[in-house]
Amino acid sequence: MSNTYFLKSHEYARVEGNFAFIGISKFAAEQLGNVVYVDMPEVDDEVEAGEEFGAIESVKAASDLFSPVSGTVVEVNEDLADNPRLINKDPETNWIIKVEMSDPAQLDELLSPEQYAEVCAAEKH
Amino acid sequence: MPIRKTMKTTCLHSHHIALNALMSPFAGYDMPISYEGIEAEHNAVRNNVGVFDVSHMGEVHLAGDNATETVNHIFCGDVRTLNPGQVVYGMLTNHSGGVVDDLLVYKFSDTSYLLVINAANIEKDLAWIRENVLPGTQVTDLCEDTAELAIQGPKAEETMLNVLGVDCSDLAFYTFKVVDLPNGARALVSRTGYTGEDGFEFYAAENTIIDAWEKLMAAGVAPCGLGCRDTLRFEAGLPLYGNELTDDITPIMAGLSMFAKLDKEEFIGRDALIAQKAQGPAKRVIGLEIDGKAIARHGYDVLDLDGNIVGTITTGYHSISLDRNLAMALVDAPHAKLDTPLQVQVRRKVFPAKVIKKRFYTPNYKK
Repeated sequence: MSNTYFLKSHEYARVEGNFAFIGISKFAAEQLGNVVYVDMPEVDDEVEAGEEFGAIESVKAASDLFSPVSGTVVEVNEDLADNPRLINKDPETNWIIKVEMSDPAQLDELLSPEQYAEVCAAEKH
Repeated sequence: MPIRKTMKTTCLHSHHIALNALMSPFAGYDMPISYEGIEAEHNAVRNNVGVFDVSHMGEVHLAGDNATETVNHIFCGDVRTLNPGQVVYGMLTNHSGGVVDDLLVYKFSDTSYLLVINAANIEKDLAWIRENVLPGTQVTDLCEDTAELAIQGPKAEETMLNVLGVDCSDLAFYTFKVVDLPNGARALVSRTGYTGEDGFEFYAAENTIIDAWEKLMAAGVAPCGLGCRDTLRFEAGLPLYGNELTDDITPIMAGLSMFAKLDKEEFIGRDALIAQKAQGPAKRVIGLEIDGKAIARHGYDVLDLDGNIVGTITTGYHSISLDRNLAMALVDAPHAKLDTPLQVQVRRKVFPAKVIKKRFYTPNYKK
């Protein structure tokens, strides 16, 4: 069973213990094109499952980021502040925030990698 | 790939799909936003050459003994002083001085003009033009029959010659000519564009445009989408209808009063514009530089230093050529002076900004 879960809106949560590393999928990074800015929350901010926690800016537009899980931000990926294109290089290694989950049962509501692949295939037409 | 029936396509649609372009609806058309990426395409136009399919643009022909009077009645510029073969940019203004559309007017003669209008406004413009033409001027809608490419960039002139066989060395900025192509087809070419670089707009029947596109692709000219068309025009301080110009934003508010010839005896909206010029407009379109990494996007609030909303962003990008966070905004006139400190609300955060000239990038036109 995979430790990575997805939202339809293309965010992932990679779970290690009680923590979730949240970022955007490879498919989303390719669709966005070059990332020029990542608007991130602060450490200790609360995030809610399904709610906006930040935004990612490509040349073309700003896209809201939604959190797959609820919890407290314990770390933000500071490397992205200076080098947002890390997301284009490898969105799966370059997570955006690390969250201590308050309700791990929420993971059951998320998409498996297989289910998420179907969402991407449908969006490609 | 099924295309929704309600969406129109240009004659190059299958070519865009074959190039695996990112497609998106624009003005009712399924249009290419980018192929290789907005930045690569933007830089191709700034440094080399690129080609845009802009066949969605609308073309309307006005003809008749009084065509000059008709154009001068509906258009805020003055076409009497143009020679045949000249092009002029300007606006159709409404009775309040707001802008029905901004457009190029091509003068064939005192009795024949071509208007090139925005795709999003075709139906509105046609209705407005038909309602306001002087009796005796014939209005012909050429939108469906005419396709258009824009070949833009410092190497545009040599590309026109070497790839399409069209010598443009004799075309001055904002002039045009009708050319017979090597294959016998006919096209109209003008030294105009929407990028802040030298370049040409090339109008012809669909099969001629398809042939030209295929030649340009075979020659390695970069296909460019609407994404970089917007970043390029933005840097050059050129307005986009719907953002910096609307039915409620006059040429004076937009900082484009040089295109409204108020000394002309008559045109629709003239009285309102003269009054606005005398009083000063209540709002103005300005340039903004944002201090910080955030990008101010269309619709975001502009604040004064006390946090009061004093305007709204009309277009904003991280400028590709200048590597700065820039925006155009419509703000209350007291805040429009150069160097005025303002703020921009970007989601939950507020960033400092400063009023600067909105021609962010100095155009490289060949005049």
